[in-house]
Amino acid sequence: MVPESYYTALSAILFTIGVVGVLVRRNPLVIFMSIELMLNAANLALVAFGHRAGAADAQVLVFFIMTVAAAEVAVGLAIIVTIFRLQRRLSVDELSIMRW
Amino acid sequence: MSAALVPLAPLLLVAATAGLLIVLDLLPPREGKGHLGVVALAGVVAALAGALTLWGREGRAFGGMLLLDNFAVFLDVVICYAAALVLLLSMDYLRRNGMESGEYYILVLLATLGMMLMAQAADLIVIFLALELMSLSLYVLAGLFRGRLTSAESSMKYFLLGAFATGFFVYGIALIYGATGTTALDRIAAASGGLQRDPLLLIGFGLLLVGFGFKISSVPFHMWVPDVYEGAPTSVTALIATGSKAAGFAALLRVLFSTFKVAQPDWALLLWVVAVLTMTLGNVIAIAQSNLKRMLAYSSIAHVGYMLVGVVAGGALGAGGVLFYLLMYTFTTVGAFGAILLLERGRQEAVELDDYAGLAARHPLLALTLALFLLSLVGMPPTAGFAGKFYVFGAAIRSGYIWLAVIAVLNSAVAAYYYLRVVVYMYMREAEGVPTRPAPSFAGRLALGVALWGVFQLGLMPAPVLDLAQAAVAPLLR
Amino acid sequence: MSTTVWLIPFFPLLGTLLNALFGRWIGRHAHWIAVPSNGLSFLASCAVFLSVGRGETFTGDLFPWIQAGAFKTAVTALVDPLSAVMLLVVTGVGFLIHVYSVGYMHGDPGYARFFTYLNLFVFSMVMLVLAGNFLVLYVFWEAVGLCSYLLIGFWYQRKAAADAGKKAFIVNRVGDFGFGLGVMYLWVALGTLDYSEVFAKVGTLSPETATVIALLLFAGACGKSAQLPLHTWLPDAMEGPTPVSALIHAATMVTAGIYLVARSHVLFERSGVALDVVAWVGGLTALFAATIGLAQTDIKRVLAYSTISQLGYMFAGVGVGAYAAAIFHLVTHAFFKALLFLGAGSVIHGLGGEQDLRKMGGLAPRMVTTTVTFFVGAAGLAGLPPLAGFFSKDEILASAYHAGRPWLWALLLLGAFLTAVYISRAFILAFRGAPRMSQEVARHIHESPRVMTAPLGILALLTAVAGVAIGIPSAHGTAFARFLSPVFPLAEEAGHAGLSALTLLVLSVIAAVAGVLLAWLIYDSRPVNAEAIGRPRNWLHALLLRKYYVDELYDFLFVRPLVRVAGFCARAFDLGFVDGIVNGVGRLVVGWAGAMRLVQTGYVMNYALATLLGAVVIVAFFLSR
Repeated sequence: MVPESYYTALSAILFTIGVVGVLVRRNPLVIFMSIELMLNAANLALVAFGHRAGAADAQVLVFFIMTVAAAEVAVGLAIIVTIFRLQRRLSVDELSIMRW
Repeated sequence: MSAALVPLAPLLLVAATAGLLIVLDLLPPREGKGHLGVVALAGVVAALAGALTLWGREGRAFGGMLLLDNFAVFLDVVICYAAALVLLLSMDYLRRNGMESGEYYILVLLATLGMMLMAQAADLIVIFLALELMSLSLYVLAGLFRGRLTSAESSMKYFLLGAFATGFFVYGIALIYGATGTTALDRIAAASGGLQRDPLLLIGFGLLLVGFGFKISSVPFHMWVPDVYEGAPTSVTALIATGSKAAGFAALLRVLFSTFKVAQPDWALLLWVVAVLTMTLGNVIAIAQSNLKRMLAYSSIAHVGYMLVGVVAGGALGAGGVLFYLLMYTFTTVGAFGAILLLERGRQEAVELDDYAGLAARHPLLALTLALFLLSLVGMPPTAGFAGKFYVFGAAIRSGYIWLAVIAVLNSAVAAYYYLRVVVYMYMREAEGVPTRPAPSFAGRLALGVALWGVFQLGLMPAPVLDLAQAAVAPLLR
Repeated sequence: MSTTVWLIPFFPLLGTLLNALFGRWIGRHAHWIAVPSNGLSFLASCAVFLSVGRGETFTGDLFPWIQAGAFKTAVTALVDPLSAVMLLVVTGVGFLIHVYSVGYMHGDPGYARFFTYLNLFVFSMVMLVLAGNFLVLYVFWEAVGLCSYLLIGFWYQRKAAADAGKKAFIVNRVGDFGFGLGVMYLWVALGTLDYSEVFAKVGTLSPETATVIALLLFAGACGKSAQLPLHTWLPDAMEGPTPVSALIHAATMVTAGIYLVARSHVLFERSGVALDVVAWVGGLTALFAATIGLAQTDIKRVLAYSTISQLGYMFAGVGVGAYAAAIFHLVTHAFFKALLFLGAGSVIHGLGGEQDLRKMGGLAPRMVTTTVTFFVGAAGLAGLPPLAGFFSKDEILASAYHAGRPWLWALLLLGAFLTAVYISRAFILAFRGAPRMSQEVARHIHESPRVMTAPLGILALLTAVAGVAIGIPSAHGTAFARFLSPVFPLAEEAGHAGLSALTLLVLSVIAAVAGVLLAWLIYDSRPVNAEAIGRPRNWLHALLLRKYYVDELYDFLFVRPLVRVAGFCARAFDLGFVDGIVNGVGRLVVGWAGAMRLVQTGYVMNYALATLLGAVVIVAFFLSR
């Protein structure tokens, strides 16, 4: 039996990897995957906490988050496609017409 | 309708209208979706009326996940006003830009539904879902002008940063669940009293604030605001600036005042600093802007700072003042963006300061209207802006935050500079080149008229609405 | 009754809004909105007056207005016999003058604007009278001042009119400053501004405090009612259109000061000293202005000084505690002075804009209605029995005498004599004798249209019968005083020492008749030398002609030093010092703005980094607590 704190620690590590990924990558798709990683870190933590509490509500919450993540993917990909059509390149650094 | 659903009447009306629109959008005609706008408007107005009739009632639904109290009703009304005015402004605007489509109205309604859900949520899960419903709709709306790179860019930035902030928010929920074993707001409050020093809970609360800070655009989570406001279609900008901000404040106030009341000294200190940074940064950078939409974006950041002053002050005066401020801010800001949206120079929207030179000479009525909205943003009596600032700053002084009030007043003085500069351009400069002219839109003018009515109604007779706002926050402060 | 009360201000406000918003299209039909709105307001006033006559009173809030901590104020209305009488005068005389204006202002390019202002004035004046607390009173006190300013400067293309408007506004500010201080002091001293609460609590004030507050309020009254030393604006205000002079600067607005003192008489009585000041300022002004009236050559200026003088009578009446008499004089004065002004307007209209008495004369056969009605008004002002002015003025004189102020009485009696002289002089110079105008003007003399003469007739009728109808003194006071007795308790009819009431009556009749005779001797028994009238004959005449040099004195004492100081401040202090600081700060902020905007790089990375840093700081903050 793996202690519950291991799951919590893993989820924190996953979350950090996700945050760092958002900060250092330039490709919107990869940034987007990093954000998904952050959400999944939260999912992992929820499942672990739910297991400890012995209640099902945390597990249910995980399904909600997964659904929302799926919806985010749909919208995100659509936006990325639009940008790609206009620019034929895919780097967030190009997206700086508006600044200052 | 069964009695259990009564508390949800405004939500159901908006949701049903959105469903109806999806069906109507499939039917002919393929071009010209103006009638969908009218249906959407009718739905929102019905929801507004429904919300008003629910004043004074209390109730819960869906196993306590959603609730209805005066606080929710007040914010529902604010949000419905914002949505209705934006819909009025949109109709001709979309046609002029060749982007009239059924999705637009459906998405506006879904965003509105999300905002209202945030006001009525009694559980972190519902807040999260409502937030996402609202945000996802707004991401798409921001990118509505598919052919314009600015619109696409604003959509992309809004989306990436919004999703990033959501990541923090969700992780915060997970940690709070870990600490308290629940996501219901009232049970968290009950549980958190005993484990105030639990690091899981503290981190979770901090991460929640990141999510809210992003939605209400407080420093340092405001960075997306100028770019998104500038690039998004102006009607969408108006909705983001008013409705989504109101929804963010709704959930934030509920979480702060009813759930984390024990930690009030701590978060008040934090928000004191955030408020000062937010208003100062917004006002100072706004001075350097020559694009009106971008200037109003920074101005909206500054106004969030003023509203946070009310949150810091707390109590019925402070929190009630914030609600009053939200309502007045909704009228004023939708009005200001609406005036910009109506004006075009050549084929372009008139957003540069130079486009406004000499406007008063040729279109005195519209120039006067815009000037009045700007004066309300400055906080001149007898407009609503004065009453709003007066109550919020007064609450701060009453709670002993003298310096905060002083800084806020100094900020207002700085802010007058960039608002009045637009007025100076309109009234004292000579026009050059292609003339700026207003689009012939009856619905748009009607929206401006309603907004102007709101500005003066709240400015001349603020006391009744303030009474309502203070009654609305009473359930939170119990 | 509550609905009816709110209807009184509602109609004129509606009229104002309609004409203000759509005046451009309504144009020369503006009176179809303005006149009926005022008429409806008058009907509502009548209804309210009748219910007050049955003994009802009304207090009610329209809406809670300001709410800031302990300070709460509502827009409150108070209707009692006093305000009912005032309402009737304001809307009634206002209605007649609205009708008259239809003819007088016919063809003016600013026709709609004129009626907008006029309706706005009626609205503000009605609200001033209805006000149930000092703050609402103060707001509408300023509002009628604004209307007055707008209407004096109505023909703003004329420099004299624009200047006169400014002068009226600025001189009034001096008094209103005191008024404002008085209201604030009242709030500090009593913690309330509601009439009922204030007057109930007056007993708790020390007499000294009461004196200070009362005198501050009286400063405002002095300004608005053009009493010494703030009277200089009213004669200049005659630059406005004549109906305006009749409505605002004779019948209604200028009496607001009397209304204020009468309304707060409890406060003034608590002080005692303040009442003495009111009485003496009033008495002196009455005589002072009457002497100036003797020498003026402009028909409207004669009437203006007459107004100042008559307002002095009212203040003298209030000052000796004869409130009902003063209000009665206010009412009759509204009738006959409005009548005189409208008559003068009719003359000016007939002569194509001529206001100089020296260029009139012999108008009687050409303008019969105007002559007859003007005569009635003049006789009323002179105090000839049995006209209204006789009863009301005599009442004040008798009260002054019986209040143990024989010197004040003598002052007022002399003033009454002079009043008879100057008004008879004006009448004779305008209507009798040989015509002195140019041939060109003489050919075009015509009686005014029916729409103008009808109000003249009604006002003449009122002047003739009002005194006999409600002003005959009896053992229980006049009928008018009995009506007002809920507000001003009837005085005890004690046996008076000294001259009896009848003797006083006879003396004032003698004064009036003597005045008329003197004027007849000088101006009517022999041909007038028009050249001589306006030329100073001796130092006394010069003094009167130049209005005691008060304007020159103020110019020397206040205006010029102020302009010089202001000029210095503007150049040295403001441009050099203040602007230096302000511009410096401004440049600094703009500099920051330019630097800080660069933080907004446009890169998503940087934005995300800011979010992360914010999150870290917040979490660290909570963990450290």
